[in-house]
Amino acid sequence: MDLTPQEYEQMVNEQSKPSPLLRDMVWAFVVGGGICTLGQVILEFWKKTGLNEKDAAAATSITLIGLAALLTGLHVYEKIAKHAGAGTLVPITGFSNSVASPALEFKSEGLILGTAAKMFIIAGPVLVYGIGASIVYGMILVFLGV
Amino acid sequence: MQYVNAFIVGGVICALSQILIDKTKLTPARILTAYVVLGVILTAIGLYKPLVDFAGAGATVPLIGFGYTLAEGVKTAVAESGLLGVFTGGVKAAAGGISAAVFFGLLTALLFRPADKS
Repeated sequence: MDLTPQEYEQMVNEQSKPSPLLRDMVWAFVVGGGICTLGQVILEFWKKTGLNEKDAAAATSITLIGLAALLTGLHVYEKIAKHAGAGTLVPITGFSNSVASPALEFKSEGLILGTAAKMFIIAGPVLVYGIGASIVYGMILVFLGV
Repeated sequence: MQYVNAFIVGGVICALSQILIDKTKLTPARILTAYVVLGVILTAIGLYKPLVDFAGAGATVPLIGFGYTLAEGVKTAVAESGLLGVFTGGVKAAAGGISAAVFFGLLTALLFRPADKS
């Protein structure tokens, strides 16, 4: 292959620097997959203590939410999230972070209108439309007589 | 191997979500809201349960799994108590997660200091 030094340099640059999207996706995959694997470890632990499948899943969510709130308070979660993007947003730990982070940051506006009101800035819409959708689903089940 | 399945399925869900973040203007609030609703829909049409059986926490830990919990809860409650179950089943099943997020969020605000704005 005949390449000028400039062409060669360009080629090397293209190969060594993954596109931002690809790099972001790898981060999201590894961190998101890691959080889910940790979830599986916690799930197996709760099952071993004798909880049934459903209760163990609920206990796992509570454990992950508690851990994520703690890491949010220590300002560690946001540092991981800077690289991990969707990897820290999409797992339930991201939901916990979306509650704990504004609860903490808006403390200066008071415990009622700051902490308590602002903690639902993202969780609010999630609950409104999640619960709403589940009720629509339930209505359909009732009317179909399933 | 459940751990491997959890890693791969959870990782793929997050990696695909990264495309949404990078390529669209969807904010985190919109993505999370869409995911919960998506979870309810996928569960309703019977597509999500098989993924949960296959991947365990890989399918339940992403927020789509929160929608799965809501929908499964409603389905069980409707089977038990009909119309009343429509309104009680979802939140009852998701109660642990909702209460934990609220309580630990409040605790975090009380125990820690906000980030330095400097």
